[in-house]
Amino acid sequence: MKDFIIPNWDETDMGTPASKATEQVTLTIDGFPVTVPAGTSVMRASAEAGIQVPKLCATDSLEAFGSCRLCVVEIEGRRGTPASCTTPVAEGMVVHTHSPKVKKIRKGVMELYISDHPLDCLTCSANGDCELQDMAGAVGLRDVRYEGVENHFEVRQNGEANARYIPKDDSNPYFSYDPAKCIVCSRCVRACEETQGTFALTIEGSGFDSRVSFGAKSDNALASDCVSCGACVAACPTATLQEKSVIEIGTPERSVITTCAYCGVGCSFKAEMRGDEVVRMTPWKHGKANRGHSCVKGRFAYGYASHNDRILNPMIRDTIDQPWREVSWDEAIAFTATKLRGIQEQHGVRSIGGITSSRCTNEETYLVQKLIRAVFGNNNTDTCARVCHSPTGYGLGKAFGTSAGTQDFDSVEHTDVVIVIGANPTDGHPVFASRLKKRLRAGAKLIVIDPRRIDLVRSAHIEAAHHLPLRPGTNVAVLSSISHVIVTEGLYDEAFIRERCDWDEFADYAAFISDARHSPEATALLTGVPADAIREAARLFATGGNGAIYYGLGVTEHSQGSTTVMAIANLAMMTGNLGRPGVGVNPLRGQNNVQGACDMGSFPHELPGYRHVSDPAVRDVFDKLWGSKIDPEPGLRIPNMLDAAVDGTFKGLYVQGEDILQSDPDTKHVSAGLAAMDCVIVQDLFLNETANYAHVFLPGSTFLEKDGTFTNAERRINRVRKVMQPRNGYADWEITQLLANAMGAGWTYTHPSQVMDEIAATTPSFANVSYELLEERGSVQWPCNEAAPDGTPLMHIDGFARGRGRFIVTEYIATEEKTGPRFPLLLTTGRILSQYNVGAQTRRTENVVWHDQDVLEVHPQDAEVRGIKDGQWVRLASRTGETSLRATITDRVSPGVVYTTFHHPDTQANVITTDFSDWATNCPEYKVTAVQVAASNGPTEWQEDYAAHAAQSRRILPAAE
Amino acid sequence: MPKTTATADLADQVAEICARHAMAEGPMLPILHDIQADFGYIPEAAIPVVAKALNQTAAEVHGVMSFYHDFRSAPAGRRTVKICRAEACQAMGANDLADTAKARLGVDWHGTTKGGEVTLEPVYCLGLCACAPAAMVDGQVIGRVDDARLEAVFAEAGL
Repeated sequence: MKDFIIPNWDETDMGTPASKATEQVTLTIDGFPVTVPAGTSVMRASAEAGIQVPKLCATDSLEAFGSCRLCVVEIEGRRGTPASCTTPVAEGMVVHTHSPKVKKIRKGVMELYISDHPLDCLTCSANGDCELQDMAGAVGLRDVRYEGVENHFEVRQNGEANARYIPKDDSNPYFSYDPAKCIVCSRCVRACEETQGTFALTIEGSGFDSRVSFGAKSDNALASDCVSCGACVAACPTATLQEKSVIEIGTPERSVITTCAYCGVGCSFKAEMRGDEVVRMTPWKHGKANRGHSCVKGRFAYGYASHNDRILNPMIRDTIDQPWREVSWDEAIAFTATKLRGIQEQHGVRSIGGITSSRCTNEETYLVQKLIRAVFGNNNTDTCARVCHSPTGYGLGKAFGTSAGTQDFDSVEHTDVVIVIGANPTDGHPVFASRLKKRLRAGAKLIVIDPRRIDLVRSAHIEAAHHLPLRPGTNVAVLSSISHVIVTEGLYDEAFIRERCDWDEFADYAAFISDARHSPEATALLTGVPADAIREAARLFATGGNGAIYYGLGVTEHSQGSTTVMAIANLAMMTGNLGRPGVGVNPLRGQNNVQGACDMGSFPHELPGYRHVSDPAVRDVFDKLWGSKIDPEPGLRIPNMLDAAVDGTFKGLYVQGEDILQSDPDTKHVSAGLAAMDCVIVQDLFLNETANYAHVFLPGSTFLEKDGTFTNAERRINRVRKVMQPRNGYADWEITQLLANAMGAGWTYTHPSQVMDEIAATTPSFANVSYELLEERGSVQWPCNEAAPDGTPLMHIDGFARGRGRFIVTEYIATEEKTGPRFPLLLTTGRILSQYNVGAQTRRTENVVWHDQDVLEVHPQDAEVRGIKDGQWVRLASRTGETSLRATITDRVSPGVVYTTFHHPDTQANVITTDFSDWATNCPEYKVTAVQVAASNGPTEWQEDYAAHAAQSRRILPAAE
Repeated sequence: MPKTTATADLADQVAEICARHAMAEGPMLPILHDIQADFGYIPEAAIPVVAKALNQTAAEVHGVMSFYHDFRSAPAGRRTVKICRAEACQAMGANDLADTAKARLGVDWHGTTKGGEVTLEPVYCLGLCACAPAAMVDGQVIGRVDDARLEAVFAEAGL
C-alpha cells in the first residue's frame, strides 16, 4: 500500500492567501501569541494558530471578499465586529474569535442563510462535503426562526409557480449549476476572474434578487464564455456547482495525488476515489506547477480510461489485411519476440527499432530505449519529440549547455515583459495561461509573435502591447530584426554579456546582426510585420524590466526550428534575461512527458542525460549495468526508419503510446513505410490509426493504472500514482519487460522505483532522484544531484551549464515550401482547448461538445475571392495531398494564411503537410504548407478510402473459446 | 459564444456610442445610459458589443446592467409611471394608490399594458417626501398624487 500514501501536506483552507511580506507581526488570538508576516489577515493568522474562524465566502485561493459576515471577530480597542478575512493583522493586536457577541452574530447570520436554503441535506449531492453544512454545525445552529415569505428554492409556492426559482442548468457536460442551493458567496465568480481569468460568471441583479449568472441573461453555462476549467466548481462551498460524477456516484472515500497526463504543464491532481472508481479529479493546491488550478482536460476529460473503445486483450495477425485475433498475453509476446528475432536473423541487427512515448512515464521510456539498445542491439530509438521539441533540445543545448527550459512556472509571477512566440497558451497550456494572464492583469506587458490573433492578443482584461502577425515561416527574420534593433540602438546588457558570455563572440554576432539586411525595415517585406511595430516591441523587451520568452511548436516545427530557438537564446542573453526569477527561455512542452522522454535517452544518438552514444565512457556506464554492448553508431530517426522501410532494409517497429500515422507529417509516406514492414507492434489504449498497419496490438494502461514519474516543461519530476489496477492486465513498463524477457533479457523489475534508481545511478542530472525523495518533496526539478540536492528551479543562476553562453549567428533562410500560383495560401496548424493532440483521448470524452470536427479558418478576403461561405465544405490541397473539411470565416488569421487543428483522424490535416523539416533535427515543418482552398461537396475520395481501410483494418475476430 | 448576435445596424450604433466614451475613465455606465437613451432599453444583442469595446465579458456587462433597476432589458410602454414606495409615501397612502393603479392598468409592478401605453414601476424615494405620495411620469415628478391625478395621467396616455 506504499503507493497510496499521499505526501503529508496539510489541506486546511487557511481562508485567505499567504502574505509574501518579510516583516513579521505578533498578535494575540484567543490568548495565544501568533507571529505571521505583515499583511496576513486575522482569519489566516487564526488558522496558523490552529483556530478556525467560521467562514463561507473566504477560501485561501481567492482574495478576501468580506461578504458572508460569518467570520466576524472582536478586536480589543476597535469598535464593532470586523470581518477577520478583510482585516489585516497589526502588532500587538488582541483578537477574540469566539466571544459571546460574535457567536450570537454568527448564529443569526447562519439562520438567515438557511432561511433561503433547502433543508434536503440527506439527498443533497454535497452531503458530507458541504461548507454550509459544516458552518451550520460550527456555529451551533439549532433552529431557524424565519420562514421566508419569498425564497429561491421552492419550485412552487402557495400553489403557484415560484417566479424566483431558477431551474438547474445542466448544459455543461461535466458539472451542473443549481441556483436553488446558491448562497451567493461569489466564490465562483471570483474564481473565474482571479484564478482562471475568463470572467464568464457574474452576479446579476442586486439585493435579494442577486443570482450567479453564466454570461448574459439568456446564456447558460455552455453558451457563455465558460471554458469549463472547474475553478468555480472547486470554489463552490455548497452543491450549487457540482461535478455530475459526484451527483451520480456519491462523495469520494479516499484520494491519491497524481499528475495529469495531458499537456506539458504537468498539473498535480487529487484523484478522488470510491473503490476503484474515479469520482472526480481535483487540482491539488500544493501542486507546484498548477498551484491548485486545472483545465477542462485534466479536470474532467478522464473518461477515455473506461471508454468502450479501449482494447483490453492482446491481438495479433499475420498480415494487415486480416482481422485481428485476440490471444493471451503469453501468445502475443511469444509471437512478437519470434517475429522480431526472425527479422533480425534475416535482415540484420539494425533492421528493427522502436518509438518511445512522450505520453508514458520516464521509467517506461527508459525501459523502451534500454530494450532497443540492450536487447535489440541497435540505436534505432526515437520519440515524438522528434516532431515537436527536438529543435529546443538542440538549440538550447548549443547556446546554454542544457536542453531544457530555464525557469519554473512560478517565475511568471515576477516577469515584467513577456514574449509569447509560436504558442497559444490559452488553448495548449491553459493552466500556465491563467497564471500568465493573472500577471498581465497586474501590469506586465505582452508581445505576441504569431500569424494568428490568438486569445492572448486581446481578451477580457488583457491586451498585448504588440501583436506581430508574421507570415508563417519567417520567425528567424522577425527575431533577427528585434535583435538588430536592440544591438544597433545599444539596448543590450553589456555587463551581463561581459560577465556571462564570450564578449568577442558577441562582437562577431553584433557585427552580423547589425547588417542592414536584418533591420525591421528590410525584413518587413518578408515577414509582413511593420517595421515600427518591431522597433517598439524590441525597445519594450530590452528596457521593460524582467523579460521572459515563452514559446511553443510554432517556433520548432519549421525548417529553421533550431535556428529560431538559438535566436531566442540570443535575445535572452543579450538583454540579460537569464538566471533569476521572472526571466528566461521557456519552451511550452506539448505532451505530459516530452521533456522526460528526451531526458531518458529516446533519441537515436543520445543515451539518458543527453550524452552521445559515440562516447565510450558513457556507453561503458550502461554496458556494465546492462551487460550489453551498445552500438556506438547513432540509429535511425523516425523519418529515416520510414524511408528505410520503403527501401526494404527496416522491417520491424515497436511503437509505444504513439500514433505516428496521424501525428507525423506526410501521412501517405508514413503509411507506405508502415505497410512495408513485416512486424509493426502498437502498444496503445485504442486501435489508433497506426494500428491499422500493425501486426501486434498490445493493450496499454492509462496514467491512472500505473506508478511512475512524468517530467513537465519546467523539468519538474512529478509522481504518477496508481489508483486502480490496469484494466488490460499490465502497466506499460511490465509489457516492455515481458517483451524484453521473451527476447532473452532477464529483467527483474518489480516496481518502477527500481527503474528510477537505475536512472539515478547512470544519469548525473538525476543522481539524487528517488521515489523516497519524491514522497518527501512532492516533486523535484532536475538537475538534482550532489551539487543541487534539492533540485534546480532556476537554471544558469551564476553561470551557464556549458560555461559561457554562446551567441550563434542566425541567418534567415526561407523555407523551400513556397506559395505560388497553384498553392497561393499558407496553411499553419495548431490546437484547441478542449481537444488534445491527435484526440485519441479527448475525442472519447464529452469534450466533443466544444469541438466535434476540425475546421479551416479562412480570412474573409480569401473566402470571398473563392466564393466560400461560413460552414461550407472546402477542399484543402497541397503539393502532397488533399483533404476536405468545413471552413469558418474569421479575421483571426491574416489574409493569405489559413489555419486548422489536427485532432480528428477523418480530416487528417497531415495528408497536406510536407516532408520538409528542421535542418538540424528533422523536426517536421508542420507550421508552413503552401495550399489552395476551394469550395467542395464533402469528403475527398482519399478520405472515404481511408475510412473504409480503417474500418477494414479494425475488424476483430471473436476470441476462440 | 453569446446566442444573440447583433444585427449590423445595432452593432454599429452601439459601437459608435462606445467609441464616444472610449477615453473616459469607467465608461460602462455612461455607455449603458446612452444606449438606453437611444433604444429605450438595452437590447441583449448590445451587450457583447459593449463587452468587446471595453475588453470585458458579456457576463460583466450583464452584471452591471442588471444591478441597476433603471436599465431595462425590454422596451417600456410609451409612458413610464413610477410610484414611490418609500416610507413617507407609504404613510400617505402610496400602497392604496399603487393597488388602484395596478387594478386600473391590469398589470403588476414592472408590467406594461397590453397596448403598450403605460409601464408601471415602483421607485424608492423621489426626494419629494413633503408632497407625498409622489410619482414620476417619464422623468417628471408629480406630488400629492391621488386617484384622480393618476387617472388623468393614464387618460392622457390613451387609456
